Amino acid sequence: MMNLIASLITVLIMILLALGIAFSATLSSLLTVVIPYAALAVFLAGFLYRVLLWAKSPVPFRITTTCGQQTSLPWIRSNPLDSPSNVWGVIGRMALEILLFRSLFRNTDVAIVGQRPVYGSAKWLWFFGLLFHWSLLIVVLRQIAPWINGLSAADGFFEIGIPTFYLSDAALLTGLSFLFLRRVVVPQLKYISLFADYVALLLILGIVSTGLLMRHFSPADLLQVKNLALGWATFSPVVPARIGLVLSVHLCFVFTLLAWFPFSKLMHMGGVFLSPTRNLANDNRMKRHLNPWNAPVKVHTYEEYEDEFRDKMKLAGLPVEKE
Amino acid sequence: MSSAKTPKPDELIAIRYEPPEMPWMDTPTVFRPGTWSYSGTAKSLTALNLPNPRAWQPSDADWKLPENWKEIILDGMRERLEKYRSFKLFMDICVRCGACADKCHFYIGSGDPKNMPVLRAELLRSVYRRYFTEAGKRFGRLAGARELTVDVLKEWFYYFYQCTECRRCSAFCPFGIDQAEITMMGRELLNLVGCNINWVTEPAANCFRTGNHLGIQPGGIKDMLDFMADDIADRTGVRVDVPINKKGAEILFVTPSGDYFADPGTYTCMGYLMLFHEIGLNYTFSTYASEGGNFGLFTSSEMVKRLNAKIYAEAKRLGVKWILGGECGHMWRVIHQYMDTMNGPADFLEEPVSPITGTRFENARSTKMVHIAEFTADLIRNGKLKLDPSRNDAYRVTFHDSCNPARAMGLF
Ligand code: SF4
Ligand code: SF4
Repeated sequence: MMNLIASLITVLIMILLALGIAFSATLSSLLTVVIPYAALAVFLAGFLYRVLLWAKSPVPFRITTTCGQQTSLPWIRSNPLDSPSNVWGVIGRMALEILLFRSLFRNTDVAIVGQRPVYGSAKWLWFFGLLFHWSLLIVVLRQIAPWINGLSAADGFFEIGIPTFYLSDAALLTGLSFLFLRRVVVPQLKYISLFADYVALLLILGIVSTGLLMRHFSPADLLQVKNLALGWATFSPVVPARIGLVLSVHLCFVFTLLAWFPFSKLMHMGGVFLSPTRNLANDNRMKRHLNPWNAPVKVHTYEEYEDEFRDKMKLAGLPVEKE
Repeated sequence: MSSAKTPKPDELIAIRYEPPEMPWMDTPTVFRPGTWSYSGTAKSLTALNLPNPRAWQPSDADWKLPENWKEIILDGMRERLEKYRSFKLFMDICVRCGACADKCHFYIGSGDPKNMPVLRAELLRSVYRRYFTEAGKRFGRLAGARELTVDVLKEWFYYFYQCTECRRCSAFCPFGIDQAEITMMGRELLNLVGCNINWVTEPAANCFRTGNHLGIQPGGIKDMLDFMADDIADRTGVRVDVPINKKGAEILFVTPSGDYFADPGTYTCMGYLMLFHEIGLNYTFSTYASEGGNFGLFTSSEMVKRLNAKIYAEAKRLGVKWILGGECGHMWRVIHQYMDTMNGPADFLEEPVSPITGTRFENARSTKMVHIAEFTADLIRNGKLKLDPSRNDAYRVTFHDSCNPARAMGLF
């Protein structure tokens, strides 16, 4: 509860700050000229740093989590996706994981019904999680790569009024709301949720809603965004005389999210590729895996063993090395 | 010391999944009788050269930790964060989606929220944030960070020994975060300051010295196996051979010591003896490598290696061609995922070929150890066993989710 309240307060304060910025010419130009590049730089450098750090840390053991039959005798049907024995299987497994959230699709829930634990299928998290991530991707692509032809056209087939109301926006809002609400409503989720878990969702929610506000109710802001974006892209940012209030909030949220991203759990975006339980083939007994720090240990040798038990071994009629 | 009374079934099933109002960081750990194990004895710790051997119990107020315990734990954590990508990554990328929460049998069976894999990990992750991340250092609790205190250490002990390292949570996590891996790290850290349980350390100490967890000495093993052979002769009229420490055998057979020692493992073991006799296998048991299981898996990776080393060493000494392994869950995790890396290469052995059917076990060509189920399946497939399915077809059977063979090996 505390974490939820704290996150709401934090986001409110951010909104107030953003509104304040809009009233100051100096701060506005800071927000539109310096901060965009700074936030982007932090994002890129931070992201790269984190991923490289993970990538270069050793993987001492091949610890694939297997969820299907391994490659064994030729007549035993193996499961190449849940227990891949070669790189193609791994690629398939990872692709399904990253593109379709396959593990989440497995999700079940448990309840005690009539003195017995009963397991049921629970696909909601998978569905809304997938909806959220895919629509987020489409929306982001639409913003940063508007030249991808067809994206907007296909996406905007819900031509409700002008400007177009995009399907992906609706999907994104739905997904986000679900993810946020379950953290507020489901007791277990509320119990484990941290301040940052709420903030991440609220920030994205804020970005999407201010974006929609601008597109549908504040064409002046929208025009400003276009000019700004053009300026950033050509490295000649134009300082607007006064930035719109909604735009200011929108920008503050975007840059905060960008700069915070590499330090947050949102890095799961990079980390998911590197998880050693998923991205390694289950070929352990076929190919030896090398541990870069395989340290020597003190073992109890056969000689030491026989020295201790020689008499008893002889008494039991067991062969010994030394009489 | 309070002892637990055995609860009745309806008491056991009265599980509530509602978490308490109080945030988990403020909820003190209560060592409920019957939910924790006694401490590792000074004797077993000394036998294994493990740190801080002493007399203590988890129910004591003073755990007699070393003076600089906190420094030891934090240094140990730093070292492991550098040595294991899994640990570092799993500390960093959990999104607390909760998909793993109700997958753990400890949570399903207790309703204790700290038994949700995600929260079990947060017990350690909160300390990681406090000492190893900028946000945690600066913003503390707001960033999900907390100080490492004696109470936190006790909480680790309580919950990290309530995990069977079964990896079920990992199968459901969108990132494959494996709480078993985090539990292992947690236990390694606890072991650095001598907080272990005797259920693990004594078998490990036994295994180190006598070759098996139960501490059975060479004569004892021979007696037990001979006794089983007598039983088989009484029952079937067939006298089976019991080859032990036989040099020049083709195959070394390694199985958990529970199989020699107590029912129902002994029935399995008698099954092995009869099977090998029936097909005329040239094999041997070993008294030195008389344990397939490996309680190092519940101690530290170093201990896994120390205990596991005997198997290859003995295979080399006896001059066998390859190794056959009996049934045991965590044993096969070690054989499949760790043995070759830790104690290989087994280049003195040959790629396993069944002497009965000629089948080549290509999936074991590097580790050179074959699972008894694979070996037997091949015998059945090739019609080498006369089976009468009608003797068992009255039973309705189901697949038992066998944790490590399933999720750390892929044997279904
Ligand atoms: S399923 Fe994975 S990401 Fe989700 S809470 Fe559990 S460990 Fe974290
Ligand atoms: S590994 Fe198994 S016992 Fe441990 S937390 Fe995960 S599900 Fe629970």
